[in-house]
Amino acid sequence: MPATEQRVLTGNQFMNGDTACAEGALAAGCLYFGGYPITPSTEVAERLARRLPAVGGAYVQMEDELGSITSVIGAAWGGVRSMTATSGPGFSLMMEAIGLAAMTETPCVIVNVMRGGPSTGLPTLVAQADVMQARWGSHGDIQAIALAPSSCQEMFDLTVRAFNLADRFRHPVIILADEAIGHLTERVVIPAAKDIVRTPRRMQPIPIPVAYEPFRAPDSTLVPLMPAPGKGIGAHVTSLTHDERGYPATDAPAHDRLVRRLYDKIALHTDEIIDVEEVGLEDAEIAVVTFGSTSRTAKRAVSMAREAGIRAGILRLITLWPFPEEQVRAVSQRVNAIVVAELNLGQVRREVERVSAAPVLGAHHAGGALMPPEIIFQSIKEAARHGQGNGRRSASDRPLTAV
Amino acid sequence: MAREMVADRHPTDLLLRSDRLPHIWCPGCGLGSVMSCYTDAVQASGIPVPLHVAVSGIGCTGRVAGYLSLDSFHTTHGRAIPYALGLKVANPELQVTVISGDGDLSAIGGNHLIHAARRNIDLTVICVNNFNYGMTGGQAGPTTPRGATTSTTPNGNYEEPFNLPHLLATAGAVYISRWTSLHVRQLRESMRVAIKKPGFSFVEVLSPCPVGFGKANDLGEGRDEMWFYRRRSIVDDNANLADVGLSMSEDEPIVLGNFVNRDRAPFRPAVEKWAIEEVLHGEA
Ligand SMILES: Cc1ncc(C[n+]2csc(CCOP(=O)(O)OP(=O)(O)O)c2C)c(N)n1
Ligand code: SF4
Ligand SMILES: [Mg+2]
Repeated sequence: MPATEQRVLTGNQFMNGDTACAEGALAAGCLYFGGYPITPSTEVAERLARRLPAVGGAYVQMEDELGSITSVIGAAWGGVRSMTATSGPGFSLMMEAIGLAAMTETPCVIVNVMRGGPSTGLPTLVAQADVMQARWGSHGDIQAIALAPSSCQEMFDLTVRAFNLADRFRHPVIILADEAIGHLTERVVIPAAKDIVRTPRRMQPIPIPVAYEPFRAPDSTLVPLMPAPGKGIGAHVTSLTHDERGYPATDAPAHDRLVRRLYDKIALHTDEIIDVEEVGLEDAEIAVVTFGSTSRTAKRAVSMAREAGIRAGILRLITLWPFPEEQVRAVSQRVNAIVVAELNLGQVRREVERVSAAPVLGAHHAGGALMPPEIIFQSIKEAARHGQGNGRRSASDRPLTAV
Repeated sequence: MAREMVADRHPTDLLLRSDRLPHIWCPGCGLGSVMSCYTDAVQASGIPVPLHVAVSGIGCTGRVAGYLSLDSFHTTHGRAIPYALGLKVANPELQVTVISGDGDLSAIGGNHLIHAARRNIDLTVICVNNFNYGMTGGQAGPTTPRGATTSTTPNGNYEEPFNLPHLLATAGAVYISRWTSLHVRQLRESMRVAIKKPGFSFVEVLSPCPVGFGKANDLGEGRDEMWFYRRRSIVDDNANLADVGLSMSEDEPIVLGNFVNRDRAPFRPAVEKWAIEEVLHGEA
């Protein structure tokens, strides 16, 4: 059966963020999606339910998010690029399996279009409060790779990038989008299929060497080559602590060796993952650190500040995890104060406070609407007043109201 | 001079990771026979061995995957079936068998079990029912018979257990059987048929767990517990599945058999081979 639709929709498109994410997945060569509907990510599933079968792939609507993410991991071992998309409650259900993917070094992509929480929260409205969950939600010493798109174009581009990072590191990669971007409609330029960069999954060549060990990394990437099932390799893949042969191990040295390698394969190569964007920071006295949809309203706040005679600029975090520590620190050394603007009560601010050389203030709101520029502007003004001081102050306790 | 007779090779050696033996299972546990029935069935299936893939959840039974020298996956508690689904959809050439415990498959993974049967995805599920959570030390679960004593039902279990063949038949499985780990010939053959059967097949194996279950219920050693199941067993392929629930009573039969073998439209989604080629090597 030939493909009935083009896999890569090259050209100028006008689509919402969720759809752009789905198209990014197709362009990256994703052939399996396992999902369970949840607002505001459902359009990703709906788009792929139609598009995947038309390009030879498979969409499976699972019975819950536990099944969705686990089937995605199984599909990755079956030899394809695979993905799921969800939002807060579903993301919570996926935490154990994200650890399984990390432990078994399974490349896959998890899209979380963030909505207001805790619990069922605000199903249809924006928040950015799953930042720490993406980092620490699964138990054990785990690494996280998470990207935060702030436009429909980035929903496409970063989804492609997420698949590449997943294969580069053999690790689950999270897209931390938010409802405002998922449901925003704007122009998306999709390149020609040949111009879409694809990091190949590093597979174990066949025949295997005599003393083959599937979980021994061959080089300084610390990433082992992935054995394909069905070829007679006979690899054992376990969620238990395992040695280089993939066999369960219960001794402390084996555990430390494994967990450290899983940790270091990312920690030692953060330069390949971290991406930030600086806007108007050249002469800035105040830097607004932000991400996702909030980086868009932050632009307005920055112009308000400049009109008021405060030189403000933006450091937009495109990579949230691993946290861009050096980039934030470098900016903090050039400005008088930092304002962290985010639709949560201080998750990224904690990280910024950890590394900043300048005082850090927050501009926070729990979500339900886009971050009002006025809240950020208030914090910028306050930062400008206190910027010369040495204490770390936070504006986060201020009562804030949504507009 | 008398010499100990030790066979240096066994016909299914090639299917076992002999470098991982001895296994962790207790003396008298039924899991060893279940595993060798499975390796026999793999060989008898006529399907090339490298295409067989085993997926397990967590538990004593979950450890089976780790002793097989097949491509094998030991996943998380309850999730062997969705994992297997992903493998099968992504690579339909694989012959995917899930081997896991009663707790793993019917408690924490119960939702996946009934939905996989409903979809009729081409998987074989071997469910080892030892009436308890063996790995965690003998707690009650959804298969523990009424009245049975476990570490979490010290006064006897007051919940009604699942009748798994009945549940799976209702959910839509196309092949369903139940044997004990002592009925090795029937079990092996039933596993072979299940593996060959397109669609969702389910083999329940009643297996002694002297440590987790037998001891608390005064069933004696593994052999005695086996005998407790054996002497109550009757084979009835045509049994009314509503009536094959299990109890602790000496007077009630344990109904075994190849209960269901029917055909039904299978689950369709599959990644096409050409699509993988196209993604790997670019569009023509
Ligand atoms: C999410 C989760 N909950 C609980 C456990 C603890 N646990 C491990 S094995 C097991 C029960 C296994 O019982 P069963 O599936 O019947 O297998 P058996 O050991 O009896 O073969 C439990 C509860 C776990 N590993 N993961
Ligand atoms: S606890 Fe029970 S099931 Fe587990 S190995 Fe021992 S006898 Fe077998
Ligand atoms: Mg059990």
